[in-house]
Amino acid sequence: MRWLKQIYNWVEFRLQLQAPVEEAVLHPVPRNTASWWYVFGSAAFTLLMLQIVTGILLALVYVPSAANAWNNLEMLNHDLPLGWFLRGMHFWGSNFMVAVVLIHMAQVFLFGAYKFPRELTWIIGVFLLLMTLGMAFTGQVMRFDQDAYWGLGIGASILSRVPLIGGPLVHLLIGGPIIAGATLSRFFALHVFIIPGTLLILVAAHVWMVLKLGINDWPMPGRPVRRATYMAEYHRLSHEDGFPFFPAAFWKDLIFSGAVLAAVAVCAAVFGPYGPTGFPDPTIIQTVPKPDFYFLWLYAVLAYLPPELETPFILTVPLLAIAFLVALPFFAGEGEKSWHRRPVAVLVLATVAVAFGVFTHLGTFTPWSPIMNAWSSDTVPEKFLHELSPLERQGAVVFQAKQCRNCHSLDHVGGQRGPALDDVATRLTEDQLIRQVLQGGGNMPAYGKNLSPAETTALVKFLVTLHPPGQRPATNAAGPPTAELNPPAKQ
Amino acid sequence: MTDPVTEEPKVTQDDPRVVSRRWMLLKLGVLINAAVGVAVAFPVVRYLLAPVKRKGAYNSWVTLGPVDQFPMGETRLATYLNPVNEPWDGDTAKTPCWVRHIDQSTFQVFAINCAHLGCPVRWFPQSGLFMCPCHGGVYYADGSRASGPPERGMFEYKYRIVGNELQISAGQLPTLSTEAKNVFRVLNNEKGRGPCAG
Repeated sequence: MRWLKQIYNWVEFRLQLQAPVEEAVLHPVPRNTASWWYVFGSAAFTLLMLQIVTGILLALVYVPSAANAWNNLEMLNHDLPLGWFLRGMHFWGSNFMVAVVLIHMAQVFLFGAYKFPRELTWIIGVFLLLMTLGMAFTGQVMRFDQDAYWGLGIGASILSRVPLIGGPLVHLLIGGPIIAGATLSRFFALHVFIIPGTLLILVAAHVWMVLKLGINDWPMPGRPVRRATYMAEYHRLSHEDGFPFFPAAFWKDLIFSGAVLAAVAVCAAVFGPYGPTGFPDPTIIQTVPKPDFYFLWLYAVLAYLPPELETPFILTVPLLAIAFLVALPFFAGEGEKSWHRRPVAVLVLATVAVAFGVFTHLGTFTPWSPIMNAWSSDTVPEKFLHELSPLERQGAVVFQAKQCRNCHSLDHVGGQRGPALDDVATRLTEDQLIRQVLQGGGNMPAYGKNLSPAETTALVKFLVTLHPPGQRPATNAAGPPTAELNPPAKQ
Repeated sequence: MTDPVTEEPKVTQDDPRVVSRRWMLLKLGVLINAAVGVAVAFPVVRYLLAPVKRKGAYNSWVTLGPVDQFPMGETRLATYLNPVNEPWDGDTAKTPCWVRHIDQSTFQVFAINCAHLGCPVRWFPQSGLFMCPCHGGVYYADGSRASGPPERGMFEYKYRIVGNELQISAGQLPTLSTEAKNVFRVLNNEKGRGPCAG
């Protein structure tokens, strides 16, 4: 083994890395930072490394051409030995990375780690989050399937809302007049050179500052951060009640990173890669484009915004959110770190987390979208047709044929864009139903032009039968008593 | 080996030789690099801005086929090859659009892209509506907004009939600021509300 030592000494004499590395890994850290809560940053770093390695391996085969990318991925999935597994690792790695980065950010926020002197670490972290999301979006484009194609259309449509320079911005984004070969080429450059390059530089600065400024000490209620005293307090804490970062705190990072890598590999092996979904031919319009899970919340928000608010919201809220995150350490750079003394921070985090969860959940089943084939695939449940007159049954046929089911459900089947109609007759009188059908309103299109008087009559006669047994339909309070007009519900 | 750092004390700013000569040469070096940088930046910026062209530069007349391919009173899907395309575009150079034949020589040609966020809208002849699968935008047969998040009607292409052929002026992805027609026209009177909203 002596020759090994000699080689090491020969290299080290010239490289001189031992001293700085020792200083970095053996520096004392407060004992209370060796916590399982502090493992997410290093896990995010590990995942970034995994993404780089699997990304390079995929780049050995991938063809960034709009004409061939899709077939190329199909080949990777089915023909190249274990190509599917590498695609799976890269896909699941990206999902885990977004999740771990978000958890890391939430933890850092909750632990007040953005306060003095770690303001810049936080600010760079904010941009690291944006870069991670940028990688996620551009990575989705690399799949170059229908979701990627129409997702780019959504991106372009969002940019087109910028006043004055919207048009040029759209053409810059997609690299030409339409989403095509040039678009994939530039998103490939973004995904493999520009964003990862920036990401690595920012990560280096982020980690450098963690080494230089020390890991955030465990927040203790009643021990607020003061600019004048913090550095001395931290120094005392890490030297009097501390231990070397390596191995005392590092072993937890190592185990968690290993577990995350194992989880990615298991997901890749069990669930496999995602997509590519449909072939990116824009003339195939029978498609329901959807973003990957990390953008589902945005998909939902864009569906729920009132039309008047859409452009102002899209143009200002993301910028305000980023500005708020960047400004956070400047207006809250001192004071209590502990969540026990920061109710507003805890509330904000909880609200954001719940909103994120709710919108993401809504994004998985898109209740705002018409179900395009409900009218032809989901028949009117039998129970609604019992003992109906021929005219009412004709109404049920009109109800199906005019695609009402695309937006309205019966017995929980059908679209959820409009209200369920199982008991619509208890809410609207016959006259109100006629008006609603013909004139629309309340987010319903007017059907006046597309229904003949006979169809309207039949449809409304059917709708009037839609009320629970034993419950009377709605009546006009100003009119004559209802019992004579509408007999009680049929059983 | 001599460590150059140890010679540092000799080179001070007070040293008249350094001030007059080496500092000036350093500044000259910075200046040359700055000049080259600016000179090179110009072509780089021009190269990067290549996709940005003046309004309408991407548009040209493309044919959708003979007029009798579109029966009167009906709305049919038509496709065309984008006039600006490259061999490596593959199928993405193809573009669909909706053609509504109103009467003899009156047409409406709608972009496939929803005016909300560009998803492909589908025509339902039975209910006479265009519906968008993404965020639930709905339009009437004439392209005006019926309901959902779009704040305006569908994008329309300019069309003309040459001989027996229906032609449209097309070439770029229609969005709010790169409209198919290159004219701003809000089809709906009541912005954000259906024409019949009560």
